[in-house]
Amino acid sequence: MSILVDQQTRVVVQGITGKEGTFHAMACRAYGTRVVAGVTPGKGGVCHEGIPVFDTVREAVDREGVDTALIFVPAAFAADAILEAIDATVPLVVCITEGIPILDMVRVTRVLRGSKTRLVGPNCPGIISPGKAKVGIMPGHIHTSGSIGVISRSGTLTYEAVNQLTRLGLGQSTCIGIGGDPIIGTSFIDCLALFEADRATDAVLMIGEIGGMAEEEAAAFVEGHITKPIIAYIAGLAAPPERRMGHAGAIISGGKGTAMEKIGALQRAGITVVRNPAEIGAGVKNALS
Amino acid sequence: MKIHEFQAKAILTEYGAPVPRGEVVTTPLEAGRAAERLEGAVVLKAQIHAGGRGKAGGIISASSPQEAEGLAGRLIGARLVTQQTGPDGKVVKRILVEEQVAVSRELYAGVALDYRAAQPVIMVSAAGGMEIEEIAAADPDSITRVAIDPAIRLQPFHVRRLVSGLGLPLSAQRAASDLLSALYRVFQEKDCSLVEINPLVVTNEGRLLALDAKLNIDDNALFRHPDLSALRDPDEELPLEVEASKYGLNYIKLNGTVGCMVNGAGLAMATMDLVKLVGGEPANFLDVGGGASAEQIERAFRILVSDQSVHAVFINIFGGILRCDRLAEGVIRAARSLHVTWPIVLRMEGTNVDQGKRMLAESGLHFITADGMQEGAERAVKAARRQNIDGC
Repeated sequence: MSILVDQQTRVVVQGITGKEGTFHAMACRAYGTRVVAGVTPGKGGVCHEGIPVFDTVREAVDREGVDTALIFVPAAFAADAILEAIDATVPLVVCITEGIPILDMVRVTRVLRGSKTRLVGPNCPGIISPGKAKVGIMPGHIHTSGSIGVISRSGTLTYEAVNQLTRLGLGQSTCIGIGGDPIIGTSFIDCLALFEADRATDAVLMIGEIGGMAEEEAAAFVEGHITKPIIAYIAGLAAPPERRMGHAGAIISGGKGTAMEKIGALQRAGITVVRNPAEIGAGVKNALS
Repeated sequence: MKIHEFQAKAILTEYGAPVPRGEVVTTPLEAGRAAERLEGAVVLKAQIHAGGRGKAGGIISASSPQEAEGLAGRLIGARLVTQQTGPDGKVVKRILVEEQVAVSRELYAGVALDYRAAQPVIMVSAAGGMEIEEIAAADPDSITRVAIDPAIRLQPFHVRRLVSGLGLPLSAQRAASDLLSALYRVFQEKDCSLVEINPLVVTNEGRLLALDAKLNIDDNALFRHPDLSALRDPDEELPLEVEASKYGLNYIKLNGTVGCMVNGAGLAMATMDLVKLVGGEPANFLDVGGGASAEQIERAFRILVSDQSVHAVFINIFGGILRCDRLAEGVIRAARSLHVTWPIVLRMEGTNVDQGKRMLAESGLHFITADGMQEGAERAVKAARRQNIDGC
């Protein structure tokens, strides 16, 4: 088993005729993902690289039975694309787009609550269940199937960690990039609960970073809810305060959101914290032996 | 993006929020003339993007135009060091000359985003003049917080709750309602991440005035506000950081000697952490992004090496979308054209890594290659140390 995406997942790519959309739709399909539809307003009816394109998400749902939307729409229009997918009751929406205005995400979050949709991202690499489906932009070949669940706020740092796991023979059940923005659809807590319930997952690797309170909240949730071992790494020990470190959400503000605070909270919850980013894989291996 | 106080006050005025009369000037002569036009005592306020100006001597009263001119002469061009500027401080290029008002009470009003609830929050306090964090610590009961549901937006009952939290006399309540509504509209319509009036004052005559104003704008929303983008003051940013942003690179200067170039923000932070862990100090944060071109890599390299404190460069790339051959091409091009003498440590992983390594080996240039992050960081730190000794 795995969580969120697998061989049955039927994906519509919103923004499929753009450069990024095309490139990654092809890469997902090459990995074995069922990319069954695309949406680009005004291009409905064409067949793009063998994939039928529709004007609206609603049509893609009705005609192709999609259950997952993968969004590559530019930041200015991405909130509208997410809202359209929610309106079409797509159960899972994965938004890769970086740079969405924060007040747009305030509106999106309001609509998301009480809807039938789960949003992963934005500003994330997506989700992969190795050997089953890739719904995102991560390099598929570094992954291998296995029993470690991975949750991360980052992109390339996740690839680094996954590569270390794979080299040590530790496969992954599912890897989820939850995104580097301050307002995101799916949290560490949501993913931890899903992995706890997933029979194929034996342990979870959490990759966090400075900024916000998401790691502290996850630490508080673990006690009483999660029985599987959790290993964590937090990036940003060397980051200066009050500076945004690339991700919109990665900022130590008013003395809050430091790596030390997060590491402390995680350790108090009984979570193994790896300090050296070159030893994340080894840290997981040690924790499991 | 931060903007200056005078710019924030101009926006507030547009929305009908009351601010003191004032003028922005860049010379002492203009300051004197502005004081003349304002009549009576004035306040000179240094316009820099940092708080704590008052304590640092950046806000001064003058009782006459002559005194205003004299004091402005000392303030303009001075380097102001506040608790928020860092030890280097900031040079004052402009000052705001404002009428001096007699204050009977200081209050606080602000709009911010509660990220966890994903809702804007309006906050007011009858205890102003301190930072909101200080008020929260010293007198938490004095703060009234009202979260605004984006589906129903700001309603009259929200405003009534906030106004009652300010404990104002009836005569000032109407003005307070209008002001709070204006602040919320500014926050929404200008895509702000923060609007803060601290202090909001009641004058001796009973008037409500925004004595100070702070307005931060969401960088991600600037594309739909060309008028606000124009308010960016490059003087407030480090030249290298401005240069980097032109090419879509994310660069933050730090104090160490190991220049870092990485793709992806998380990996860039982790790389800095690792440099520190093996005994070095990172010279910067530099994220070239997921899909950097050879040209961007070259630009990034130029920025790295124009920092005089860099003694060695550590390039750590996990190629997913960014292919290693493209990276190698950019690095070779930059190293050739810049005649770099610093040691360059390269660690590459991912797409087309073998091709990238071959290009480096055949370039005739000297690169130190590393197989993993750990080895790369260790070699870079060692190289930076050796370079430092040689340079002495």
